[in-house]
Amino acid sequence: MPQPEVVEPRDPGAAILLNTEGEPLPLAMEAKNVSMWYGPKRAIDNLSMDMPAKAVTAIIGPSGCGKSTFIRALNRMHELVPHARIEGSVFLHGQNLYASGVDPATVRRRVGMVFQKSNPFPTMSIGENVIVGLRLNGVSDRKFLNERLEQSLRMSALWDEVKDDLHKSGTSLSGGQQQRLCIARALAVEPEVLLMDEPCSALDPIATAKIEELIQGLKTRYTIIIVTHNMQQAGRVSDFTAFFYMGRLIEIGATTKIFTNPNEKQTEDYITGRFG
Amino acid sequence: MPIPRKDHHSWRKFKSAFISGLTFCSAVLVIAPLALVFLHVLKSGVGAINLEFFTHLPKPVGMAGGGMANAIVGTLELLALASVIGIPVGVLGGVFLAEYGTARVNAVLRFIADVLNGVPSIIWGVVVYGLIVLRFKSFSAYAGGLALALIMIPLILRTTEEVILLVPVGYREAALALGIARWKTIIQIVVKTASRGIITGILLALARVGGETAPLLFTAFGNRFWNHDLSEPIAALPLQIFTYAISPYDDWHRQAWAGALILVTGVFCVNVLVRIVTRVRTASA
Amino acid sequence: MSAITVEEAEAIRPAQARMSPPSRFGDKAFYWLTLSMAFVVVLLVILIGWELGQGSWQAVQKFGFRFLTASTWDPVAEEFGALPFIYGTAISSLVALLIAVPLSIATAVYLTELAPLWIRQPIVSLIEMLAAIPSVILGLWGIFVMIPWLRDHPFPFLERVLGWTPFFKGPIYGPCMLAGGIIVAIMILPIITSVSREILRSVPDLQREAAYALGATRWEVTRIAVLSYARKGLFGAVILGLGRALGETMAVTMVIGNTPQIAASLFKPGYTLASVIANEFTEATSDMYLQALFEIGLVLFGVTILVNLLAQLLLKTITGGAAPDRVQ
Repeated sequence: MPQPEVVEPRDPGAAILLNTEGEPLPLAMEAKNVSMWYGPKRAIDNLSMDMPAKAVTAIIGPSGCGKSTFIRALNRMHELVPHARIEGSVFLHGQNLYASGVDPATVRRRVGMVFQKSNPFPTMSIGENVIVGLRLNGVSDRKFLNERLEQSLRMSALWDEVKDDLHKSGTSLSGGQQQRLCIARALAVEPEVLLMDEPCSALDPIATAKIEELIQGLKTRYTIIIVTHNMQQAGRVSDFTAFFYMGRLIEIGATTKIFTNPNEKQTEDYITGRFG
Repeated sequence: MPIPRKDHHSWRKFKSAFISGLTFCSAVLVIAPLALVFLHVLKSGVGAINLEFFTHLPKPVGMAGGGMANAIVGTLELLALASVIGIPVGVLGGVFLAEYGTARVNAVLRFIADVLNGVPSIIWGVVVYGLIVLRFKSFSAYAGGLALALIMIPLILRTTEEVILLVPVGYREAALALGIARWKTIIQIVVKTASRGIITGILLALARVGGETAPLLFTAFGNRFWNHDLSEPIAALPLQIFTYAISPYDDWHRQAWAGALILVTGVFCVNVLVRIVTRVRTASA
Repeated sequence: MSAITVEEAEAIRPAQARMSPPSRFGDKAFYWLTLSMAFVVVLLVILIGWELGQGSWQAVQKFGFRFLTASTWDPVAEEFGALPFIYGTAISSLVALLIAVPLSIATAVYLTELAPLWIRQPIVSLIEMLAAIPSVILGLWGIFVMIPWLRDHPFPFLERVLGWTPFFKGPIYGPCMLAGGIIVAIMILPIITSVSREILRSVPDLQREAAYALGATRWEVTRIAVLSYARKGLFGAVILGLGRALGETMAVTMVIGNTPQIAASLFKPGYTLASVIANEFTEATSDMYLQALFEIGLVLFGVTILVNLLAQLLLKTITGGAAPDRVQ
């Protein structure tokens, strides 16, 4: 049978992610037909994407491709920007986060976020920073708060370094420690998904390595979506990688496949550094 | 080298240096009154300061001695009254401008606040006279406190807004990303971070209205005795200084200088304190 | 070791259960609270207009425009003309500007362009201290120090040299229009200086650098690149100073003489709008007297609002707009 002249475009977001046995993976989050605007400017164009549970999915792409914008759809932070607009749906374990009647604050408790620039609150100590999400959300049990404080700091591999200095100001730590503090702070409220927006871009290689190691440890318990402009980091840290370009999802797949044998030429061009 | 060009260049350099000197003299002339006034207040006031000044009431007209105890306390009471209204309204209004309002609404409100800041303080006295004094048929500490509060509100509103806008957006984002409610974020994270700046703004406003005389002339009115009831007239330090200064009695003139010394010291101390606090903050940032 | 292991914590999510359900009420309540506080400023403007209007309504009806043009102020005969006070306010403010504006702008130029860096902050701090001196204290100094000195030294000199002009004709009493103008000048020096400084600082360095690159001296850079660029803003600073001068009350009252007359000589005592209110408000024996004083307040309010409005408009276009040579 002769090949058709025009190849129908495949929706790469419809790619069903399979595990090693070829079975579809359980999904933590799904984005369906998401479009996002800043005022009149469209940043994300009808994007659909699956995010497997308890795995690390990296989003890569050149500057301005919309990766940071997109993850702010996952925890309803995009709508906080003046004149910002979003259409489409995002599902967390099957629940539409954008259904009417859903309180954004509840969403943000279940989908946590760590930012590019670490930002421990300057008026609070290290200990207060970690549990601030719990305290200001109504948790008052001191014993529980203290337990959670220790658990969160252990999970972000910071406990041993700061356990005697919990009363010190959050800003007295080094850059890498501050970022791990922010991770602990995000984990303390027990989100199901953790979003990371270029968490290491302001850190030195040693601090970066510590956080990458941390991410590997966290994925047994949390689903992690990490945006990164550093392809090598994506390769090291993630199980799945999505390649964005100009507000669209070009390709998503297992990290090893994306980096060795991608389906799309654009992906391959980006990976090999022909642009970006 | 052609000589005229070199001469012209020297002339230009000389002109530049001359102007520098001239403007430096201007700067000196601008500061000179400060030194002259402060030194004279110091010289004339220090002699009349004694324990009696701080603890006694004014003596009847013509008799020597007595003090300004009631005026000093009166000023503090008026500042307290003014703060009850002025601080909450000013701070919360500033929070609104910084956190909530749209660009257009904010521009209008800011404009109005800036225009209010330019209203002569005596006009506030006239307004409160019509509003309170005429209605209740009496001068009172309440009226004086209200007049001062109305002056404070647009002042504190603008300084609070400016300071809150300086808080980096990253802190708000991080707090909201934890699922913390917007109002809690504003109070517990943003305002708390800006608190030092807000407090210095309040202190400066207090120092400013603490030295005001005009709005008190027909609201607080002044009182030769202790004020026991806030709905009665009350003495205030600037008022007392004014009354004594324009009187024909030498002893009262002496006491006016003493009062001026206390007032100027108080105002200066607050300003210096504020300056130290803000410099410490920027140094440690 | 920690209280429970990560694996054990995995089984349940106790923190989520302990958090209180979010309510929209807090956000809404706080929004409306802060909004109403912010709109108090609108209320205040209306309040001023209302009180002044209400308190002066009968006088406005009785005198009409005559109020502004008549120069007789006779409370006993209930003849109220505000012209002497308008004249006094205008002249004292004009004198103040003539003295303060050159000094302030020159100082601002010195502080932003010409002064060595180490000296700038101390001078700025000193000027801010000057601004903090309460008006009544400056007035006190004015009565007992400034006026005697003026009367003994510069005034006789001025009379000798300029006495042929109508502005400096003797006799010299002491408290007079010129003293009022001088003391207001002292009070407005800080604000004109500090706003001018901001204006000059907002001139983009690119302008200065271009002039330097052409080989200009420091002063030439200032004159060519900075001052002409900042002209509008500096004018705004002057207008702001004028607004401040118009409303100045206590210090002026204490040194200007408080005589309602219109005279050419600056050595004669004068009376300003603010001063007559300060002096006579509590002495007003009749209703019409008080109404006339309220109307004086209305005039003062109206004039200062207009002047401040003008100042805000001039300054806004400078500090609010982007410099034309900056890439958007």
